[in-house]
Amino acid sequence: MEFSTVVFYFFAAILLLSGLRVITAKNPVHAALALVLAFFTAAGLWILLEAEFLAITLVLVYVGAVMVLFLFVVMMLDINIEQLRQQFWDYLPIAALVAGLMIVQMVLVLGGETFGLTAPAPKPADYSNTRELGLLLYTEYVYPFELAAVILLVAIVAAIALTLRRRQGVKWVDPAVQVKVKREGRVRLVNLKPQKPELKAEEDEA
Amino acid sequence: MELFQDLLGPAWTPVWTLVKIVAIVLPLLTAVAYLTWAERKVIGWMQVRMGPNRVGFFGFRLWGLGQPIADAVKLLTKEIIIPSGASRGLFLFAPVLAIAPAMAAWAVIPFTDRLVLANIDASLLYILAITSMGVYGVIVAGWASNSKYAFLGSLRSAAQIVSYEIAMGFALVGVLMSAQSLNLVEIVKGQEGGFWHWYWLPLFPLFLVYLISGVAETNRAPFDVAEGESEIVAGFHVDYSGMAFAVFFLAEYANMILISTLTSLMFLGGWLSPIPGLPDGFVWLAAKVSFILLLFLWFRATFPRYRYDQIMRLGWKVFIPVTLFWILLVGLMMQTPYGHLFH
Amino acid sequence: MTFPMPDLLPAAPEILVLVMACVVLMFEAYAVRGQADRSEIVARPRVAGYVLTLLTLLAAAGLTAFTANGVSATTFSGMFVDDAMADLLKLMTYLAGIAAAIYSRQYLADRALMRGEYFALLLFAVLGMMVMISASHLLTLYLGLELLSLALYAMVALRRDDAVAVEAAMKYFVLGALASGLLLYGMSMLYGLTGTLELNKMAATLAGGVDNPVVLAFGLVFVVAGLGFKLGTAPFHMWVPDIYHGAPTAVTLFIGSAPKLAAFAFVIRLLADGLQPAHADWQQMLAVMAVLSLAIGNLAAIMQTNIKRMLAYSTIAHMGFLLLGVMTGELNGYGAALYYVVTYVIMSLGAFGLILHLARAGFEADALDDYKGLNSRAPWLAALMAILMLSMAGLPPFVGFYAKLTVLQALVGAGWIWLAVVAVLFSLVGAYYYLRVVKLMYFDTPHSHEPVLATPGDARLLLSVNGLGVLLLGLLPQPLLALCLEAMRLTYG
Repeated sequence: MEFSTVVFYFFAAILLLSGLRVITAKNPVHAALALVLAFFTAAGLWILLEAEFLAITLVLVYVGAVMVLFLFVVMMLDINIEQLRQQFWDYLPIAALVAGLMIVQMVLVLGGETFGLTAPAPKPADYSNTRELGLLLYTEYVYPFELAAVILLVAIVAAIALTLRRRQGVKWVDPAVQVKVKREGRVRLVNLKPQKPELKAEEDEA
Repeated sequence: MELFQDLLGPAWTPVWTLVKIVAIVLPLLTAVAYLTWAERKVIGWMQVRMGPNRVGFFGFRLWGLGQPIADAVKLLTKEIIIPSGASRGLFLFAPVLAIAPAMAAWAVIPFTDRLVLANIDASLLYILAITSMGVYGVIVAGWASNSKYAFLGSLRSAAQIVSYEIAMGFALVGVLMSAQSLNLVEIVKGQEGGFWHWYWLPLFPLFLVYLISGVAETNRAPFDVAEGESEIVAGFHVDYSGMAFAVFFLAEYANMILISTLTSLMFLGGWLSPIPGLPDGFVWLAAKVSFILLLFLWFRATFPRYRYDQIMRLGWKVFIPVTLFWILLVGLMMQTPYGHLFH
Repeated sequence: MTFPMPDLLPAAPEILVLVMACVVLMFEAYAVRGQADRSEIVARPRVAGYVLTLLTLLAAAGLTAFTANGVSATTFSGMFVDDAMADLLKLMTYLAGIAAAIYSRQYLADRALMRGEYFALLLFAVLGMMVMISASHLLTLYLGLELLSLALYAMVALRRDDAVAVEAAMKYFVLGALASGLLLYGMSMLYGLTGTLELNKMAATLAGGVDNPVVLAFGLVFVVAGLGFKLGTAPFHMWVPDIYHGAPTAVTLFIGSAPKLAAFAFVIRLLADGLQPAHADWQQMLAVMAVLSLAIGNLAAIMQTNIKRMLAYSTIAHMGFLLLGVMTGELNGYGAALYYVVTYVIMSLGAFGLILHLARAGFEADALDDYKGLNSRAPWLAALMAILMLSMAGLPPFVGFYAKLTVLQALVGAGWIWLAVVAVLFSLVGAYYYLRVVKLMYFDTPHSHEPVLATPGDARLLLSVNGLGVLLLGLLPQPLLALCLEAMRLTYG
């Protein structure tokens, strides 16, 4: 067996196990961490396929950003796992049946040979995956690329519109205003004439 | 060397790679140890104190040079206390998660134009991806400790690192636009020609943003709200002791050195000499890295800690727009006859 | 590598809508900043977004009408196509968008929803529909669908303090994501089989015969199931009533109108453009879905007490009718389906517009009981509602009748007599619940005698035009029908 085949099976095994942990872990945080591991090993598999740009992007975007925020949220949730688990067991038999049938069907129907796929010839060492992808993305695929950008924009707009609450009575100060404060705006020098203490004494008497 | 090659046969490649890794990691760890010493000394001088000056070697004090070794021995022999409510496995795993990326990133760092462990094509992307994983150590540590302060620290840290990573990434986009390459060796080679040809000049706003974001990424003062000892005791590592704590410490300082090295490589010409006549070499890189490390220490001695919402504001509302604008400007300028100024 | 700059002219309306959506957003952001008192920001309705949206849609309509010449033009490396069907559907989409904005203005203002974000999302949704309508590539088809869906999810949830609306948005989002997953999975199989994402090339490859028809069938099942979800046809219809019911009525109006056009375009582009050679395979699936939709939609609508829910079930039935036209796989059938969807959108706009018209601050007018004796309170509105209901039921001389007739003719012409019989039978069942609304309005005594509040004149006028249009199009069905058939002939003839 070639070395890369060994590596493939190593990564594939970890990927499957961590994927399984995602759905079986009792603790949602453990599940999220297992998902991180799954992404990471998937990136490893992609590197084996010479898709280094996609692999690194997977780590950068999903592991480095998406899953961090995911964990962020999951850690703050107070989920009663046992309740959810109860339903999980209730549905398990039928779900297992459906899943099993689908797996059998897919194994029968889908497979590398179904599509007549053969492994492409390896690229020369100076072949830059990143450069080729960039060239395609910004020329031939510029329209879908821009559309994807618009979708992200809509997601941002939706997220802000749904969560931004302008609470009243917030003691919020514009930092620009804070920075611009001058001594003259805050301090006023007043010339007070010296007063004699007798004055006060007289008042008291009165 | 050929003798060894014959002796080991097919095992030669992994063994030789391991040797190279050790050759990088050992000096790195030594540098980390003496960075802690330098920090205490520098801040001491800035505050008109002496800093550590007692522990030396063989009866000589030597300005306290033995201090890091003594600290290491002390931490190694201390007990690692695991809180009773902690998630045991993750609690012990978190320091590993913190230090592993800090070390792994060094695989693609070039020390001179030929001295690099793995000269891969997309090394800049690799660095971005690996450093973005450093945050897991902090998050997992905070959560696994099962303590309010630790958890608050980890939440702060997660939000902060994710926010500043965007600005950092955009700053790097400017660099790769100028260098037309993602390879760090190529990026440095693109800056040949002396001090005024380094990228800090055409990409000055990006240089500043990168440097400051780097301070924020490493959770250093004045952005160290994740530790925030005056509010949340010590943040994410409040429950760690002994060597587990030391590993976090190591990771923080290794990250500092990493960020300084990257800044030197991408904006300050790496191993290139500032004056065209002088020979290039590792010395220059070391000098530049030391200078930026000094800045890190200087910041810590000078600035008060940022308030949390101000950190977020700085990242999102100042740095990201600045970097976006400058990338746009660089891109537009490249289409004009003045494009060579930005290469 | 040299790359020619793509021709932007065919996509000019899309570009305009995108730019203006961003303008609306920026306008909103800076209008808010200019206000000193932060508490005022929440309460005061802001009309700038509304006006800009109307102007944008009008301008886009002008652009589309101006560039429409019946010739198919492709650009962006063959991912974008501008043909007669696209022009017609886009014009209808703008119309639906304009009507939706005008009808819902008062409603939105009453519920503190009159904000720039709402209109920006509306414009983004319109953009998504336009992309779907003009897609000639699986990628753009899918991206347009996601753009539309994402904007709609947000619009449903925009009243975030309303638990029902948020729940509806959650359901919509989860099921929508599931449907997208199915669709993508099916698309990936088709891609694996044909080696292309371009619809024309896919059809050409399929026409040459495939090695593995099982994979084709497998992929088709997923694709058609995904389409069924997005169209809201049985057995993938469960989300429709909940979302129609839970969403703010203004959003329901929007969801119930323009996206149907885009969904129709999606079905036609995918099945008729890309998978025509596999016609025999998808025909069966569509037939089953159509019959189920007709049955479930019409039967379940009878039991509803909420008019939004009732109309939701009626939508399911209408979508079933639409599928009947598509499943013939012939030009006549496609033309009939196009005519059907265009007229349905006009009727749907009117019906939901009327519900909006009757709603007030704090009162939704969505229970069937609210319509009791409407005739005595607002005779004109009751007459309009009656016209719309009778048209939806498919009674002559309203347009709904001709729509159904055309589809049935195409169906019989293709030799599907039994399906035509089933469709007629279920339409008769359906007539019951539409007529019940008419009965409630004219023969029952009202709960309250308070007069219907005076609503803005423009909405009232548009509503009258809408209702009378349904009657007029029914009396003179030929022009629109000919237009639809001609558009289809130009595109696929």
